[in-house]
Amino acid sequence: MNLIAQYADWIYLAAAVLFILTLKGLSSPTGAIAGNRYGMVGMALAVLVTLVIAPSPNFALIVVAMVGGAAMGTYRAKTVPMTQMPETVAMMHSLVGLAAVLIALAAVHNANQHHNAVQRVELFIGCFIGGITFTASVVAWGKLSAKLAAKPLKGGWVKPVQVLVALGMLAAGVHYFVSESLTAFWVMTALSLVLGYFLIAPIGGGDMPVVVSMLNSYSGWAAAGIGFTLNNSVLIIAGSLVGSSGAILSYIMCKAMNRSLLNVIFGGGMGGEEAATSGGEAVQRAYKSGSADDAAFMMGNADSVVIVPGYGLAVSRAQHALQEYANALTEKGVNVRYAIHPVAGRMPGHMNVLLAEAEVPYEQVLEMEEINSDFGNTDVVLVIGANDVVNPAAQKDKASPIYGMPILEAHKSRTVIVVKRSMSAGYAGLDNDLFYMDKTMMVFGDAKKVVEDMIKAVAH
Amino acid sequence: MSSAETVAQAATQAVSTAAAQVPVEHLVQTPFVATFTIFVLAIFIGYHVVWSVTPALHTPLMAVTNALSSIIVVGAVLQTVEIGGHEVTLTSVLGAIAVFLASVNIFGGFAVTSRMLEMFKKKKK
Repeated sequence: MNLIAQYADWIYLAAAVLFILTLKGLSSPTGAIAGNRYGMVGMALAVLVTLVIAPSPNFALIVVAMVGGAAMGTYRAKTVPMTQMPETVAMMHSLVGLAAVLIALAAVHNANQHHNAVQRVELFIGCFIGGITFTASVVAWGKLSAKLAAKPLKGGWVKPVQVLVALGMLAAGVHYFVSESLTAFWVMTALSLVLGYFLIAPIGGGDMPVVVSMLNSYSGWAAAGIGFTLNNSVLIIAGSLVGSSGAILSYIMCKAMNRSLLNVIFGGGMGGEEAATSGGEAVQRAYKSGSADDAAFMMGNADSVVIVPGYGLAVSRAQHALQEYANALTEKGVNVRYAIHPVAGRMPGHMNVLLAEAEVPYEQVLEMEEINSDFGNTDVVLVIGANDVVNPAAQKDKASPIYGMPILEAHKSRTVIVVKRSMSAGYAGLDNDLFYMDKTMMVFGDAKKVVEDMIKAVAH
Repeated sequence: MSSAETVAQAATQAVSTAAAQVPVEHLVQTPFVATFTIFVLAIFIGYHVVWSVTPALHTPLMAVTNALSSIIVVGAVLQTVEIGGHEVTLTSVLGAIAVFLASVNIFGGFAVTSRMLEMFKKKKK
């Protein structure tokens, strides 16, 4: 035990290296499993060392808390449906944030510790990032799980309130720094919680993929902030890894939606007003529609089919039926592939997980850059539950709000089949020229029902 | 007193002396710039490693990074301590709650990540 305490920093270093390997493993599905195990080992090492070096720890409390947490976490992890991953991840972010707040408060109240000027700044930063992460994640969780209205909080008063709360929080922090007043620290903490709410409440439900990634980043910075307070290298390293990971994911999501991060945070969402205007001037345009049987006939006679799934697919739980249909097509000798837009699901990579759960082979699932050049040689594109991500206006119409957004170029293929509930507009509230092209056939109905009908048609 | 007990007692003493010394070093000796150097370099490593993650695994990435940021449990454990001879203080209670929250995340995060990765593996025939 003494030896462990002596080499504590070395063991922390080993844990940090294992954490880096965890992330590195995720460059392929096979390496990822080993990587995940490295992460577990690293975590176990770090926790054990800490138990040894902690000054007179209260083992009873620690063990009860850990066992309770382990039971709850494991149970949730085993039972949560994959469609609910975004809100689960948001919930997990909030736990990290709250833990950071509690640790900072515990440290401030710790009579054994005196905090010098630098440590007071670090405590303040760790605590307010944690506080913001906590309430912001709770709001994101509420919006994603439809427990809170997805509608953004609106009004001219929102921004001034955000600024006032932020200034109040900083002022209380400065007061704590100067006077070491515990009251000031609590006030600062409370205001950071309020600020977290006001940061996310004005952001619309459709922007949640960016928000979840951003909060992922915050939770990392909160951990790093606490690491500074404790002068603990493994906390700083793990926190920074997570912080940069979340930042990169936010950047990727923003790029896929053709928006800047500042625009998402301060713009208040593109849904509302634009939807109203474009809805008003909608003109009746001619389109072709057909039945599931027609669609199945066309795809059965094709050489290559590319499926473009959107979140609508997951909403109607049609992934498994779709894969059954894709298998039937493959057996007929059709080359079937899936094309995934980065914002196809509710969080980065969400659609990939949903398809993997439905046992779609990994090799058949292609990212936007991998498949876009192939659409010209594709016989049939089946768009199912997706809309804006295949809207050619993003490439052609400079006046369109989504102009410049990268899209899956379904319109370049020979035939397009769109499965949709009705002709209503998508999330961005825009009409989609793809639906009115001569080579496009609309199939109306619930995605799952339509796919099941297609399977029946193949059987005939 | 049996020899086993003596050994146990010696070990306990060793632990408590070590415990009393080590954190003090941890808290006092490293200059701020050294910790900050670690921070900056770790961001660079994170940046490069995460760009190599395949987009198909971005959801498992978020789940596992959640587990990793729950390394904050280390900070929580360091607060769940006896203070001035008192087992239970505001500090230790807050610390214990933080240990609980972080543990939910650690176990949940790794477990849900491996559950997702299994789904990706099945198809690799």
